[in-house]
Amino acid sequence: MAEAAVAVAPAPRLNLNGLWVAPPLLVLAVLFFYPLGLIVRASLGEEAPSLQTFEQVLRSSQFLDGLYHTIVIAISATAGCIVLGFVLSLVIAFVPFPGAKMAGRLIDTVIALPTFLVTLAFTFIYGSAGLLNETLMHVFSLNLPPVDFLYSQWGVILAETTVYTPFIMRPLLATFATFDQAQIEVASSLGARPLRIVRQILLPASLPALVAGGSLCLLLTVNEFGIVLFIGAKDVITLPLLIYSKAIQEFDYTTACVIAVVNVVLSLGLYSLYRLAIAHFGGRRAGLV
Amino acid sequence: MLVWSRPWRIAAWALAVPLFLIVYGLPVGVIILASFSGQWNDILPSNLTLVHYAKAFRTDSYDALRASLLTGVIASAAALVCGTWAALALRALDRLPKRILDLFFFIPSAVPSVSVGLALLVAFSQPPFLLNGTAMIVLIAHFILISAFTYGNVTAGLARIPADCEQVAESLGARPFYRLRRVTLPLLLPYLVAAFSLSFALSMGELGATVMIYPPDWVTLPVKIFALSDRGAIFDAATLATILGVATLVVLLGLSRLSTKAMTR
Repeated sequence: MAEAAVAVAPAPRLNLNGLWVAPPLLVLAVLFFYPLGLIVRASLGEEAPSLQTFEQVLRSSQFLDGLYHTIVIAISATAGCIVLGFVLSLVIAFVPFPGAKMAGRLIDTVIALPTFLVTLAFTFIYGSAGLLNETLMHVFSLNLPPVDFLYSQWGVILAETTVYTPFIMRPLLATFATFDQAQIEVASSLGARPLRIVRQILLPASLPALVAGGSLCLLLTVNEFGIVLFIGAKDVITLPLLIYSKAIQEFDYTTACVIAVVNVVLSLGLYSLYRLAIAHFGGRRAGLV
Repeated sequence: MLVWSRPWRIAAWALAVPLFLIVYGLPVGVIILASFSGQWNDILPSNLTLVHYAKAFRTDSYDALRASLLTGVIASAAALVCGTWAALALRALDRLPKRILDLFFFIPSAVPSVSVGLALLVAFSQPPFLLNGTAMIVLIAHFILISAFTYGNVTAGLARIPADCEQVAESLGARPFYRLRRVTLPLLLPYLVAAFSLSFALSMGELGATVMIYPPDWVTLPVKIFALSDRGAIFDAATLATILGVATLVVLLGLSRLSTKAMTR
């Protein structure tokens, strides 16, 4: 309606109205696009622009290692989020239990809390002197902590799965809330078992939400920093952590800028994928972005 | 209802409820428990104490709490003004420039926070803008990182408010600024409150960019929590984490109550 009103307005007024967008755009340009441009410039070396540093960094084993870890962790965590999110949403939406509403609200709060809190909690639960290990050592009278996965890639994947599952559940629960329950009732009265209903009715219906939520998860897990920093495992270095350690610990800004450029390009690519997924499947936006 | 038979339904709950509790209940529980524990060498802490809380409100942890709250409020307010302005201004544009600029305002949410931190560090350590080492650079980082979320929230709200209210006001001869102040912004209020509370929560938990640029006299809570846990003071870290979580939730709940009130009025 608003566009229609503007379209009727005479042309000169339309131009003036368009100018109102200039102040916020200027703020964004100075505070965001200008700094972003400078790291692109810095990644091309200090003197005349050249791709030499770029090539050096991209070939270094440190970078390749970081890229490998980033991708493996992001894909595994996203897969974990999709499975866990689908199962939990199914139960909350279709096998409602007392307190299911509360659970839904809890999901909303988890989204708002900082990610590294989970890692801190994991130290107390799965750490070498944590709840799980102490219990196992008591029960089976062991001398050494039997569970030791936290300070590895698996610890990061588990933490990220925990933190980002709500991003799958939110669009899923919204989809399920508008889902016509009669479809399930008809199917089950025709003799379909729950598993078949899930596979043939609910899974196709939730595909848009899963794709939108999943691609958002992929974007967020690629860029996750707090969890990896808090776990602090020496051999689990992802791109954001590599940028941090190059810039802050080694003062090697050129290398940090090169990796930052790669990381930004990677996540912009994933972001376009996310926007495309939403546009293509017509799913709702998975909450925040 | 997906599962009709009672035993199967109970089986589904028996699987899902513990799963939910282990995944989300347990982490929250242990952090709170740790914040009260004096010693934790066994399965459960051997004694409970308030000493970590006393410390949190006396030492430099208190400065961190203050810095975080101030950063959250200022950055969210700035992002709210900027995001609302952008969302309102974009309504008046044609389809194509609108879509392009819309993407522009969303891009900061797609860029990793560590890279934003590095970019600000590089850009504001050289003329013409020398801000490195000031609290201002932290505010800018938080503003940038949350601006896309406020913009997105306000845009979504604008799409949902009834267009005819504004048109009626216009046809009754209300000038644009009067219309904005008396019709559009009041209708938008619940979404503005929601946008503010979301950005405040995000700012309170921001770590990636802050850790790249924070000056020694403006340490935010997440940075402080990391420093403590890195040093091995995990109980103090857990205490600050609890305070951070509670402070965020209190603000979120308070604002959401305010926003439902504004919605029903």
